[in-house]
Amino acid sequence: MAYSEKVMEHYTNPRNVGTLNKDSKSVGTGLVGAPECGDVMRLQIEVDENNVITDAKFKTFGCGSAIASSSLATEWLKGKTVDEALTIDNMDIVEELALPPVKIHCSVLAEDAIKSAINDYRVKNGLEPFELAKSHH
Amino acid sequence: MELPIYLDNNATTPLDPRVLEAMLPYFTNKFGNAASRNHAFGWVAEEAVDYSREQVAKLIGCTEKEIIFTSGATEADNLGIKGVFEMYQDKGNHIITATTEHKAVLDTCKHLEKAGAKVTYLKVKEDGLIDLQELEAAMTDQTILVTIMYGNNEIGVVQPIKEISAIAHKHGALFMTDATQAVGKIPVDVNADGIDLMAFSAHKMYGPKGVGVLYVRRKNPRVKVTAQIDGGGHERGMRSGTLNVPGIVGLGKACELCRLEMDSEAKRLSGLRDKLESALSQMEESYVNGNVEHRLPHVANISFKYVEGEGLMMAMKDLAVSSGSACTSASLEPSYVLKSLGLSDDLAHSSIRFGLGRFTTEEEIDYAIENTKKAVNHLRDLSPLWEMFKEGIDLSKIEWAEH
Repeated sequence: MAYSEKVMEHYTNPRNVGTLNKDSKSVGTGLVGAPECGDVMRLQIEVDENNVITDAKFKTFGCGSAIASSSLATEWLKGKTVDEALTIDNMDIVEELALPPVKIHCSVLAEDAIKSAINDYRVKNGLEPFELAKSHH
Repeated sequence: MELPIYLDNNATTPLDPRVLEAMLPYFTNKFGNAASRNHAFGWVAEEAVDYSREQVAKLIGCTEKEIIFTSGATEADNLGIKGVFEMYQDKGNHIITATTEHKAVLDTCKHLEKAGAKVTYLKVKEDGLIDLQELEAAMTDQTILVTIMYGNNEIGVVQPIKEISAIAHKHGALFMTDATQAVGKIPVDVNADGIDLMAFSAHKMYGPKGVGVLYVRRKNPRVKVTAQIDGGGHERGMRSGTLNVPGIVGLGKACELCRLEMDSEAKRLSGLRDKLESALSQMEESYVNGNVEHRLPHVANISFKYVEGEGLMMAMKDLAVSSGSACTSASLEPSYVLKSLGLSDDLAHSSIRFGLGRFTTEEEIDYAIENTKKAVNHLRDLSPLWEMFKEGIDLSKIEWAEH
């Protein structure tokens, strides 16, 4: 299967690879997927006092599309408020990266990682976690 | 050195230019039908097919009359297994095979189960070899066929064929082997090995695609298979259809070259393979899959823990290899062969198969080593699992949300 140019571009030059301090109160961490399934994403956000995401980092174990999906997600998250971040839909990622049907689960995983990171941040700061939609898969 | 480098010779091999040269006249002025008995065009084609049959027979130690030409190994597997089942139905309905067989064997057996066959799928040991005691225990008075592959296409392990055929014969069953990966690479002798039926194809040994062989023993015992394709009664009635003369000529030439060059080539390839394997298995958390003593000279299958195979292959973009990762298959399941060895799913997802061949050079192997190391390190830098492993976190204790 050939990869789209955008997948190749993110895969070759992944944005925002790295680790934030998961113990910091301003950092939310989402770890989704499973090694047995062949993909695990860890996505972290750092949120300031105005509820704005000032930094985002990821590390992903998975295929090229999974790496590209998480790289794109971190790029989109930076500068958004937490509420705006919650509106990112996996189909936006599918469209942007031109993922084929067999790779849609990579985008779903990225959306799950965003939501899971936001919830981790909310719980740490004494807020109720958002009700997450049922897993897509 | 030209890029990309082809290291997927278990999938297919390039056509040897000497083979192509032998084939070319049979596309043009020597175009006759080998079954045309009444004119020179037919005789020329028939003579070429006979010569090819002789070359094939020499390579595997049989007689010319025991060679049935087919369209490839998949057809030969189908003809051998279905043909034996139908021919020997009154003797029994039990077939024994193994879980690591090629799909051409497994799916044929599954098909026969619907037609009343009872099939035992032997599990393999951690090193990929079958347990001979389990085979012995599985034999019944209904067993008509034991079919176990010679060398495995994913991990390259070579089964103890002589011992397996002896057990089959002791219980009155026939022994068949899919030897697609072994013929032409290591010595295969149907008499010394006790083989009654054997499938293989030309394109795995530097011949053309679209031509293969089913060897069917004619003496001690005389084996018969029911034809699966009806028509003009070619190939002693076992496989109708006009012979693919250029393809058969190519197969014959490929067999001749393999026979003449096998000894030196096997040594050269296992030397290169060992160089590749020892360099890559020195990397932290990398594991060689399958038995390393009993195996084909040109295959290495290595799992690089904490990186995913398809992602890894993208980073090894100048190397053509294959992976047991789910992402490379339509089913999204990791390799059933690796899982049969008891490999956990995550190690199966992390595997890369390197298949060396006649045209692989040492310079290419050196490049492959550096390129693979760089790719593995790059992807481990991206891998949360690698980071957690380095922090001493036990990944098996984490509750993963399986999806």
